[in-house]
Amino acid sequence: MSTRTVDTKERFAPGHRACIGCGEALAVRMVCKSLGDNVIIVNATGCMEIVSSQLPYTSWMVPWIHTLFENTAAVASGVEAGLEALTRKGLKNMSVTKVVAMAGDGGTADIGLQALSGALERGHNFIYVCFDNEAYMNTGIQRSSSTPYGATTTTSPAGKLGIGQITWKKNLPAIVAAHNIPYVATACPSYYQDLASKVKKAMLVRGPSYLHILSPCPTGWRCAPDNIIEISRLAVQTGIFPLYEVEGGKYKLNFNPAALKPVSDYIKIQGRFRHLSENAISLIQQKVNEDWARLKGLTKR
Amino acid sequence: MAKSTNKAKTAKPPKPDDQLTWKELEIGSIATRPGSASRYKTGDWSSRQPEYDLSKCIKCALCQTFCPEGCVKSTDEGFYAADLYYCKGCGICAKECPRKVITMVEEKE
Amino acid sequence: MATRVGMEVSLAVSEAVRLANADVIAAYPITPQTHIVEHLAELVANGELDAEFIPVESEHSAMSACLGSAAAGARTFTATAGQGLELMHEVVYVASSMRLPIVMAVANRALSAPLSVWGDHSDVMAVRDTGWIQIFTENGQEAVDNTLCAFRIAEDKRVLLPVMVHLDGFHLSHMVEPIILPDRKDVDKFLPLNNYPLPLDPSRPVTMGDFAPPSIYTEARWAQEINLEKSMRVILEIWKKFGDKFGRYYKPIECYRCEDCDTLLLTMGSFSETAMMAIDNMREDGKKIGLFRLRLWRPFPYKELRETVRNAKNLIILDRAISYGGPGGPVASEIRSALYPLARRPRVTGFVGGLGGRDISPADFETIINRGLKISNDGSNREFEIFGVRE
Repeated sequence: MSTRTVDTKERFAPGHRACIGCGEALAVRMVCKSLGDNVIIVNATGCMEIVSSQLPYTSWMVPWIHTLFENTAAVASGVEAGLEALTRKGLKNMSVTKVVAMAGDGGTADIGLQALSGALERGHNFIYVCFDNEAYMNTGIQRSSSTPYGATTTTSPAGKLGIGQITWKKNLPAIVAAHNIPYVATACPSYYQDLASKVKKAMLVRGPSYLHILSPCPTGWRCAPDNIIEISRLAVQTGIFPLYEVEGGKYKLNFNPAALKPVSDYIKIQGRFRHLSENAISLIQQKVNEDWARLKGLTKR
Repeated sequence: MAKSTNKAKTAKPPKPDDQLTWKELEIGSIATRPGSASRYKTGDWSSRQPEYDLSKCIKCALCQTFCPEGCVKSTDEGFYAADLYYCKGCGICAKECPRKVITMVEEKE
Repeated sequence: MATRVGMEVSLAVSEAVRLANADVIAAYPITPQTHIVEHLAELVANGELDAEFIPVESEHSAMSACLGSAAAGARTFTATAGQGLELMHEVVYVASSMRLPIVMAVANRALSAPLSVWGDHSDVMAVRDTGWIQIFTENGQEAVDNTLCAFRIAEDKRVLLPVMVHLDGFHLSHMVEPIILPDRKDVDKFLPLNNYPLPLDPSRPVTMGDFAPPSIYTEARWAQEINLEKSMRVILEIWKKFGDKFGRYYKPIECYRCEDCDTLLLTMGSFSETAMMAIDNMREDGKKIGLFRLRLWRPFPYKELRETVRNAKNLIILDRAISYGGPGGPVASEIRSALYPLARRPRVTGFVGGLGGRDISPADFETIINRGLKISNDGSNREFEIFGVRE
């Protein structure tokens, strides 16, 4: 499949103020290409919202609304219901317009989890995309429940007594899958065709769908900006961020190599892990091995 | 050449925020010109820019795929080039190019 | 054909929402608003109201869903009370600053702690500054009429602001009263379809919710203030149109037996009707006391207030909320502030009472008025009096 089959129209216009080499901006750009024009985007407060919407300008080429930090899924529910009611009453024709909620890991795993859970349970017809850069990056790299074990952040800093984040990353796709929604998937900008096809799949779902996209942040992860594609590739190849789908409750691995690369390949090129001992790294390796085995077990059901 | 961003660059820009009066704000401060932020020259941020050895280019468009700015456009010959108005000089295109077509060099004036 | 019914006021408010043909209802149950939400769910389930009913998982999400729905151009309604209004506090600001027409019925309830499900005005007073149009109602008819007016006011292109319709929790929401429900056809004529000018629509993309650096935030805020002030004219116009059509007229300030009065009592909400009985009793005893009520709380009716109290010597204000460590009665403090620029102004005595569902009888009102007159004549200099506390 040639990359020229990818839509060339930019719906997230250049001129936005994301950092040099921002993985999240890239992910948003990729997602928007596959979404097309017939969408309404509901965005949480966060990096992407700030870099794209300074009054009176906007980087967005599609209808877009930002209100607060933790209510993305709730606002999306309201937009979806509004379109549904207006279409049914014959006042508008928005039957094919898709509502797409976009939020970061903080706005999804922490402060936004309640609204997300509620919207999923109610079964609204929308896509929720979590752009996971693994911390509250916009406010200065503070930890979230999606920050990986051992990463240093400003509120879980590595120090004499601490190794950085002491908890393991919340498994958001699993939490979402537990709501029994039609479609859950993880994706990564380095595997762009996989990402594009998952967005298109989500567009066709009637009901809630969820995409969890790893979004490398060179500023917060302390890595070279030109290296973010390689890093996100390694995240998948080491099993740290597996690419999989849960379609109607059935698990399917999209990337299933014969052997995973060692996690140290991924960890050692990021400054946020620089302080980790060999012990900590082997602990991470152990956890990744366990999680990978469990995930593979789920795919066999 | 993509037309929309060129138009945004050259079109009469909306007044900058520190000159707008309260009467000139739309209801609820809604921004009604899609892509209007494209007037912002993020190319000023960069300290380096991509240089192309097109003899090696196989026109795979991976540089366009991986650009976080979305500023890599196809040329008339079907090659690809970053729009320096927006290019922040991150170097992802140079790193990911499978044929090493692109080198990041010091920014030229 | 309008129908005269004996109905619980909460249910009547839901009927008004049905008559208004709301498109989306996003609400979370909380005492004493539950009957409004339950009845709306029933109306939708029975096909009597064609709307999307979103049983959200919290009040914060209720108001957030309303933002989305109104931004999509749908006629949107919600209801809450007390703690619910507090939980959605940050979202309430956003509704008005983003100019989204939403109608919300608030069954006024006391705030925790200690927990109280009973009525007072503390929830209202906490949202004074949020930029919503706010209307107080005293009986079931007013609640129904003003719910209908609220939709028209909110969605008017010259306004485009959310509207709160306040009704006292339990004291009004749970009363069964005789109410005239207008005919659906007449409501349709009174209430045009919602036509939000810049909805979220792929055919004309807009960006809502930009962030504002210091260089432009002030302008955004001023635009909002001017808009709320200007809405007064539209509110009066729509109230007149409503009166012309349905025969019931509403005004920002309403007076009861205020002619040739030295002393005026101010109440808001359903306690006004009890106060009227006290006024009648005192008038019979020859005392010249009148009652005036603030129906329109925001935008504040400065002109009408100053006109109403022009000849009065004493104002006795009943607040059903308390602002700790400060002015005590929020309404009294606003009245004082509104009268301050006048060369000649009445003495203002503030009472705080009726908190957490504590009833105030007509006799109690007479006590309040007499005590207020005494304080006023003594020239006592207290910020406010608490009424009814057991020492």
